[in-house]
Amino acid sequence: MAELILFPASIRSELPFGFWLHLALFAIGIIAILLTSVIIFIWFERRLVGRFQLRKGPNRAGPFGILQSVADVIKILTKEDIIPSRADKFLFWLAPVIAFSPVVVMLAVVPVAGGALLADLDIGILFIIAMSSITSLGIFTGGWASYNKYSLLSSMRVVSQLVSYEIPLILSLVGVVMLTGSLSLDEMVNAQNVPFILLQPTGFFIFFIASLAEISRSPFDLLEADSELVAGYNIEYSGMKFATFYLTEYCEAIVLSTLTATLFLGGWQGPWLPPLVWLLLKITLVFSIIVWIRATLPRLRIDQVMGFAWKFLLPLAVLNILLTGSFVAFWPEAPSWMIGIANLVLLIGYILFRSRFFKPGGVTVGAS
Amino acid sequence: MAHSTDSVFINLGPVHPSTHGVFRMRAHIDGEVITDIEPVFGYLHRGIEKLAEGKSYRQVIPLTDRLDYVASMNNNLAYCMAVEKLAGIEVPERAVYIRVIMAELQRIISHLLGIGSFFNDMGTFFTPFFYMFIQKEKITDLLEMVSGQRLLFNYMRFGGVSHDLPDPFLPALSQFLREMPAEIDKYERLLKENEIVLARSRNVGVLSREMAINSSISGPVLRASGVNWDIRKADPYSCYDRFDFDVPTGSNGDCYDRYRVRIEELRQSLRILEQAVSKLPKGKVINPVPLRFKPPVGEAYSHIEGNKGELGFYIVSDGSDKPYRMHVRAPSLLNLSALREMLIGWKLADAIIIFGSIDICLGEVDR
Repeated sequence: MAELILFPASIRSELPFGFWLHLALFAIGIIAILLTSVIIFIWFERRLVGRFQLRKGPNRAGPFGILQSVADVIKILTKEDIIPSRADKFLFWLAPVIAFSPVVVMLAVVPVAGGALLADLDIGILFIIAMSSITSLGIFTGGWASYNKYSLLSSMRVVSQLVSYEIPLILSLVGVVMLTGSLSLDEMVNAQNVPFILLQPTGFFIFFIASLAEISRSPFDLLEADSELVAGYNIEYSGMKFATFYLTEYCEAIVLSTLTATLFLGGWQGPWLPPLVWLLLKITLVFSIIVWIRATLPRLRIDQVMGFAWKFLLPLAVLNILLTGSFVAFWPEAPSWMIGIANLVLLIGYILFRSRFFKPGGVTVGAS
Repeated sequence: MAHSTDSVFINLGPVHPSTHGVFRMRAHIDGEVITDIEPVFGYLHRGIEKLAEGKSYRQVIPLTDRLDYVASMNNNLAYCMAVEKLAGIEVPERAVYIRVIMAELQRIISHLLGIGSFFNDMGTFFTPFFYMFIQKEKITDLLEMVSGQRLLFNYMRFGGVSHDLPDPFLPALSQFLREMPAEIDKYERLLKENEIVLARSRNVGVLSREMAINSSISGPVLRASGVNWDIRKADPYSCYDRFDFDVPTGSNGDCYDRYRVRIEELRQSLRILEQAVSKLPKGKVINPVPLRFKPPVGEAYSHIEGNKGELGFYIVSDGSDKPYRMHVRAPSLLNLSALREMLIGWKLADAIIIFGSIDICLGEVDR
């Protein structure tokens, strides 16, 4: 089974030590790329947020401050690793690992230029969804094991928010899957002669918002709402354990940017430039939009966040499935522009229709 | 709802990012909902009122700087007015206008910081805060020109102000007055009708008109509850009766109204500043008072419309060169008197922005 899902046989057969060497090299390679890109993306985000806030951002360490993250990493590695005396020590130690490892694994199936980074799964999209749920388990464990009320509150929010948003996230992908007819990410990229953002604007809209909530980015950053919960679930963590959580957050952001680029923006496809460059450009674009949102919007309240998922996104996702499904079932040879326009009409119509009845500011005083 | 969990006690503060200093709230929460809350003051108590009894009248002016440290000009003004009332000191016309200019600049600073940190509490990740801080720095530069300080100005004296305005001040102020309306429009464009801002702040933390009056709340918080009460209009001091300005009031008394009132007050402050600059008379800026002067036996209370509400000083003189007793009517403290009623029943995230929308300064709460 492992052989089947871990990588395509074509690459394996050319290598001297076969399966295991390939596995080791690529695994190390992916982790190295991910960690390096996290450092670069942290710097990128801080510079970009600085621009949004009319300041310069980090500009002292190295050219344009690019070594700032390196300095931060050195600082954080040399910090004392404090474990609260009443914490559950084993879970406290385990939580960052649970949170971090699935994120790395998710990157393994991202396709580049006809092959995956590590494995071209037939059920790639299912694999990613399954893996992304595990991270919330790690975050919850960390908040629970810390024996701190703030982190406990944050854990409660993790459970409710991440579980809720997973549903619209998954349902938004059904349209893409139906258009492709496959669960393989590679197939999905190949199917995008026209990027799916044009064919499935509704799916993109839901997926992007739900993934913002999944990675707990603004305006859904309730888990680490610094003005309310100080730091959220990682309040008691320090040193490398804290760094692992921090890494997890950024890795998730990068992975979900990658997914958005792969599923909706045509992945590695593009003229003139090499595929990897195209993929990186698209990832950076999506990441910049996430940073833009973070620098602009205030945070929602927990009941508004939940209401938005269940009352607004979920019906829209179901409608999207109905619409796309009817095209696929009853009129498979429909021109793609028609699918796209019908989808866009659904999105705009739904937003206009619902904005008359649904306000996130539905006031609730007292327990509801 | 039928299900309920055990109430959890949670300590908000004294070291917490949204307590704006060292305020502490002992909160009991049921899930996310606050069931009981008890404010705890005093972490920044420096005994300023007691210290004042051991200092000569003039030495108390720097102490008043440290009350509401984002608005020290106003504190100076209120204190000097109380002593002037006590001793019957006249203030030259030019000094009166300069005082008004300083007080209004200080009001703009305080409101900008108040709005900025309110949005920080709402989770905007410092962006509005930085936009407002840039303008705040420009005013700080102006005030530095006059007083040489950037935070605690110690500028006013009994019978006037310590120095006349330096030459570059008025051109720089005019330039600021030209720029600022566009800046306020910029904040408005970003935030006024933002759906999330509306969702978070409208109808949240409603303070009814009656409760606001009964809790002796003053300032923008009171006006947001729909009470047209501004001491600049109700009991004009300095030369406010010569200016044409409006008192913005809210209708709901929610967090959004409090934010709106502050924004409108920025505009009104600019109006007052423009009129004050155009009418600024020539002449001396101080009627000198001896360094250790002794006011007659008696008592005096004087109040101004501070940034956060009615700022009053009550001074009792026993005829010596030191105040026998000084009391500060601190608006930040009294505005918190309805805090418990405003917070109970709201979620933790609401509590933070309700507290932020009251806009207190801990230096003034604890004194």
